[in-house]
Amino acid sequence: MNGATYSSFLEIAAGLVILCAFVTLWRRSLRAIVRTLAVQGMALGVVAIVLGVHRRDVVLIVVGCLVVLAKGLAIPTLVRRVLANEPMSRETSPLVNVPSSLVGAGALTFLAYGATRPVVALVSTSAGRLIPLGVATLLIGFFSMVVRRKAVSQIVGLLLVDNGIALVAFLATAGVPLLVELGASLDVLLVVVVLRVLAVQLWSKFAVLDLDQLQELHD
Amino acid sequence: MNGLTHVLTQVLVALFQVAAVAVGGPLLLGLMRKVRSRLEGRAGAPIHQPLLDLRKLFAKQRMRPRDSSWVFGAGPVVLVATVVAVTAVSPLVSASPPLGQSSDFFAVVFVLLLGSVLLALSALDTGTAFGGMGSSRSMTIGALCEPALLVAILAMAIAARTSNLPALVRVGISHPAVIASPARILALASFLVVILAESGRLPVDNPSTHLELTMIHEAMVLEYSGADLGLIILGESMRLVFLLGLFVNLFVPWGVADRPGVLFVGLGLLALVAKVCAVGATIAVFEVFTAKLRLFRLPELLAGGFVLALLGALTAVVR
Repeated sequence: MNGATYSSFLEIAAGLVILCAFVTLWRRSLRAIVRTLAVQGMALGVVAIVLGVHRRDVVLIVVGCLVVLAKGLAIPTLVRRVLANEPMSRETSPLVNVPSSLVGAGALTFLAYGATRPVVALVSTSAGRLIPLGVATLLIGFFSMVVRRKAVSQIVGLLLVDNGIALVAFLATAGVPLLVELGASLDVLLVVVVLRVLAVQLWSKFAVLDLDQLQELHD
Repeated sequence: MNGLTHVLTQVLVALFQVAAVAVGGPLLLGLMRKVRSRLEGRAGAPIHQPLLDLRKLFAKQRMRPRDSSWVFGAGPVVLVATVVAVTAVSPLVSASPPLGQSSDFFAVVFVLLLGSVLLALSALDTGTAFGGMGSSRSMTIGALCEPALLVAILAMAIAARTSNLPALVRVGISHPAVIASPARILALASFLVVILAESGRLPVDNPSTHLELTMIHEAMVLEYSGADLGLIILGESMRLVFLLGLFVNLFVPWGVADRPGVLFVGLGLLALVAKVCAVGATIAVFEVFTAKLRLFRLPELLAGGFVLALLGALTAVVR
């Protein structure tokens, strides 16, 4: 793979990750949002694979494949199961309306570009220039956890944050050790499982998944 | 002598482009309707039906509301004139159209906007309730589209270091990497959203309905009949073909004639027809499977387009 194709592949895959982050804010249907998350996970895996092929690093390619499997297939399937358990709420109920949250996410992207300036100056590879995209994905994840109060939306926000961190890790380092990456991925998988159990419990106890309604203590 | 031949060729190319778009506009409408009806299990009208409709309309008597002013008559004429003007100088069939140096993307967009504004004014001119409603909605959509479009152009212009249209297309031919860059892809996605909104296609406006509460564009042209209506239909369809032609040439510039010669111009026309038909048919297929968005959800769609363009511009700046 020569330099130009490598960097354009990398740019497109990293661009897809941040684009998916925006799409999760844009769409209302939770099902579509989970599908977007799957695409984002696969794009993240592709970033790792492209980097691995470029650096002739077999471990990184294996990590990329694992990311595709975990974040592109396993986690979305788990989240989808949560959705299947709550037939009443197919749509997100954002506190901030969609156009404003999109503009907010745009502002966060600017912030990410501004804040990561020193880091980008330090890492002078073509991968390093894409670090702001990872940070922006992370910030958008936090943002979506703040403005969306459904349990599933919280899971989605958490996954966005994690994908952002993973993207920065891939781009900024010369390859994360396999153990660390596996540990992080399994952690997230575990968190999703726990959140899923929590959501199912919530649903069966209160028939509601809106976290704002859980403010009073019950006996 | 050489200068004269050059001018003559340029004029011929311009006339050729205008003629191609003027014939192609109604035909594209016919094609999109045909695809749509086939997918819905109907036979559908022949593809050249819009041309026949236009002939019928132009032969009709001219009727104008009694209290309307000159604005009412000027609307359709200015609409067609603006599209003809931008078509003549844009890189549709040939990558070096006449007056190519001055065909700036921003200028082209604003000339096109002049046509839409005058159409909205002429709908207000008759003083009917529907006309006012239609213009108000159309201007709202226009105001939401414009920032997205401008930022999208900005993104492409930054990446190519110029906002000159022929140069943007030529950069695509000589440096294919520019097209594959996220900046250009995001900007073009946003451009496509704007094209759908501005030409009143499905997620924004339903072109085949006359339902009072939902229509946008149809409400504006409700008072028109005969040749005036014919001009509006012609102008709108030409604008759709022009915008789609620009879109495909910015996205897949292969086949655009980048040197003079009848053969190259002919090839350029063939390539343009094939690409525009492909995009038009895709839009028609997409329209079969989508419903019109609620009017109050439109800002979401257009804000999405704006954010796409913004991301494109951002990635282009940081490169």
